[in-house]
Amino acid sequence: MQKRIALKVNGRPVQIEIDIRESLLDVLRDRLQFTGVKQGCSVGECGACTVLIDGVPVNSCIYLAAWADGKSVTTVEGIAQDGRLSPVQEAFVEEGAIQCGFCTPGLVLSTTALVESGKRFTHDEVRRELSGHLCRCTGYQKIIDAAERALREAEAASE
Amino acid sequence: MDHNIVGKSVTRLDAVAKVTGKAKYTDDFFERDMLVGKVLRSPHAHAVVKSVDLSRARALPGVAAVFTALDLPKIKFATAGHPWSLDPGHRDVEDRLILTDKARFVGDAVAAVVAEDALTAEKALRLIDIEYEVLPHVLTAEDAMKEGAPLLHENRPGNVVSSFGVQFGDVEAEFGRADHVIEGDYETSVVQHCHIESMSAFAYVDADGRVVVNSSTQIPHIVRRIVAQALGLPWGRVQVIKPYIGGGFGNKQDVVVEPLAAAMSLAAGGRPVRYCMTREEVFIDTRTRHAMKLHLKTAVDADGTLRGIHVQLLSNTGAYASHGHSIAMSAGGKFRPLYDFASVKFEPKTVYTNLPVAGAMRGYGTPQIFFALESHLDDIARRLGIDPIELRRKNLIKVGHQDPLTKNVVRSFGIPQCIEKGMELIRWDEKRRAHLDQKGPRRRGLGMALFAYASGTHPVALELAGARIVMNQDGSVTLQVGATEIGQGSDTVFAQITAEVLGLPIGMVHVVTTQDTDITPFDSGAYASRQTFVTGIAVRKAAMEVRDKVLEVAARRTGLAPAEMDIRDCRIVETALGRVVCSLEDVAMDAYYDRLLAAPITSDTSANVRINAMSYGATFVEVDVDVETGKVEVAEIWNVHDSGTIINPRLAEGQVHGGVSMALGAALLEQMLFDPQTGKALNNNLLDYKLPTILDTPRINAAFVETFEAAGSFGSKSLGECPVISPAPAVRNAVLDATGVAFHKIPLYPQVVFEKFREAGLLAQRSVDHV
Ligand code: FES
Ligand code: FES
Repeated sequence: MQKRIALKVNGRPVQIEIDIRESLLDVLRDRLQFTGVKQGCSVGECGACTVLIDGVPVNSCIYLAAWADGKSVTTVEGIAQDGRLSPVQEAFVEEGAIQCGFCTPGLVLSTTALVESGKRFTHDEVRRELSGHLCRCTGYQKIIDAAERALREAEAASE
Repeated sequence: MDHNIVGKSVTRLDAVAKVTGKAKYTDDFFERDMLVGKVLRSPHAHAVVKSVDLSRARALPGVAAVFTALDLPKIKFATAGHPWSLDPGHRDVEDRLILTDKARFVGDAVAAVVAEDALTAEKALRLIDIEYEVLPHVLTAEDAMKEGAPLLHENRPGNVVSSFGVQFGDVEAEFGRADHVIEGDYETSVVQHCHIESMSAFAYVDADGRVVVNSSTQIPHIVRRIVAQALGLPWGRVQVIKPYIGGGFGNKQDVVVEPLAAAMSLAAGGRPVRYCMTREEVFIDTRTRHAMKLHLKTAVDADGTLRGIHVQLLSNTGAYASHGHSIAMSAGGKFRPLYDFASVKFEPKTVYTNLPVAGAMRGYGTPQIFFALESHLDDIARRLGIDPIELRRKNLIKVGHQDPLTKNVVRSFGIPQCIEKGMELIRWDEKRRAHLDQKGPRRRGLGMALFAYASGTHPVALELAGARIVMNQDGSVTLQVGATEIGQGSDTVFAQITAEVLGLPIGMVHVVTTQDTDITPFDSGAYASRQTFVTGIAVRKAAMEVRDKVLEVAARRTGLAPAEMDIRDCRIVETALGRVVCSLEDVAMDAYYDRLLAAPITSDTSANVRINAMSYGATFVEVDVDVETGKVEVAEIWNVHDSGTIINPRLAEGQVHGGVSMALGAALLEQMLFDPQTGKALNNNLLDYKLPTILDTPRINAAFVETFEAAGSFGSKSLGECPVISPAPAVRNAVLDATGVAFHKIPLYPQVVFEKFREAGLLAQRSVDHV
């Protein structure tokens, strides 16, 4: 069954006809070509496909596109503004948190959500918050460093 | 030596592309009217395809092609990502068809569908009618070698792929002479690479009738050759393009999906077809790490002098050879340039079984043998009452050591410093004292292990690397290499080498990260930790050529001799005076546009590197063992590496972090499980297969002892695979230190640890303590 949905992707309104069985991941990648959204497992295990839905990180592979009707979706392509990296992206680059880069978009989005929550997180809380993302390259060390740096900087900026 | 860019933590060149989502991986390219390919897999571990009826599947609307082995050329080919050998005796085993007519493991590919979309393709798979004659199967190497065991392949009696081994000295005589002969059995499990990007390719036939394959591979030039061989095409008729790749770890040093993707396109009239495996398929039909069983028998004197060792190794390679016996042989070659055994007898056997195929994985057999050897050395130390570090120190080789078999010479050897540094960093002596006489339910233990690894594959295989540099009009350069960036950071390291030689800031070196066999210099790819060492030599050579040409053109302009000038920060300077004589851009513009002498400055070169350099290192670890639950946690871990000069410290640390985490996964959590009755994988997904998450991973510490390796670019040697080798035995030795219980198999997951503790009486002991 087809359904027409209206959503915002990275701030831009999008109207699209979808099959109600389609995942948001497939619609974003295959139809709208937001290929920064990565597919690592398709069943909610790896976190590579994470997007923000109204600011909340969600595995887009197990989220039906139909549910996104009326929602605001942010992909990694929507994070840099006017060609400038966001502080979270800067932190990932500076800390060397990127290797093959396949897990990176999802982690950038989850970290962005942490930063935007305005809350404080302990080291262990940061680890727990990011634990839905699998990364085989980095051993997570520099990813944690990057997330903590971004949180620290955001906190310093808000003081 | 003073360098401007080498040795600095330059930000990786692709960081921005990756952090913004602009980096395009294989699945991020779309062609109009692209079709989807899917595969029908055998439900049986061992079965002959008796009859095939494709008519129902073919009749489904939206299906473009359905085919089996019967529709393809009957060409057996080898899939391992090695350079072609002109000597037929040194080629990989040719035991594979694109689709098989005899299934040899649960999941073996027997038929393929090409359809308009994934759903239609899935439906068509269910309409394929195949009749199998089910055969008995074998899952363990021991069973496979038994008399009367079912044979997987013709011409391999006893299912033995190879039992070629090596030896020197007289190990039997050493057993007679030594004070002690100590034996031990050790075993590793099947683990999987788990790169987060799937295994994927798409293929089409272009306007010239050539087959174009776009693939997530570590080895584009080898893929080209093997696709052509598998399909019976002239090699020049195939073009392979490798964009960004989401991790490989050796799995993509094998040709897995590309010939089938090409066959799918050919079956669909040359239309573009994408074949991307699901995660479940990646687990069962790509490659795994060989499970190995090792029996070690060592002649040792009472003072700890190791005299001789006899290693019997049984390697389970699964249903097809893939890298096969090369992996066992690699294992046998790595410990010899570390410990000075007077005699070594290495007897490996690589055996077919009805399990998913094992192939190359980070470390290439070395983690398995070092798990055995480094565990064994601690067991020996205990038996002799010698400190385990002293035992190792006593038996180390020295600089100048020449391997009696490969003839490789060790020119740099930082192990003594690695040991010293590791002990200091983890506070070995202090903690040892603190851990004495522990009785409670939680116990701490210290362990360590050493390793050695090579830089590339010389003298086993050809080590040819290609590099091309073009100087642009503005004095910047564009660098092309055939060795692939797979996340390890090699493009950045090559840019650093180029920038250093040419006196350029890093931003003036543009690296073409995509490999395209039509235009990329010939190189065998990313494996064997060869890029910095082998391809680095080619890149340096190309940069030196460009430098010479720049100075020649500058000489025309300035009247100075080339030898009197240098390039510094985009300027040509008169070296003696430090005086700027012209800009690099002036030179580049002359080279492009001088009406008489124009000749753009380029270099297109290759290096056939006929030398190897051993890299070394050590793991020092402290574990926290919960005797009542069997849970082993890493409290502190250090990996200390001698990889020669470190070209980029931050990237190097990243390699260590990732490698150690992969090793801790294999030591404590990861293993693929198979139903012993059917051979079916039980945990081929990322939920049930225990890939370490961020919560399972301790803080990992990396340290370096920088020796200078005369053979490498700027003194460098290999690193990428090294960190995965020594953590598992170090953890195992730490558990032994904490509890007195010696484990002989990894992973040490709570259930087996708990059971063994109970057997060892640790639990009883504890309840007595509490009474
Ligand atoms: S692709 Fe969605 S969680 Fe893995
Ligand atoms: S950087 Fe490769 S999976 Fe995280």
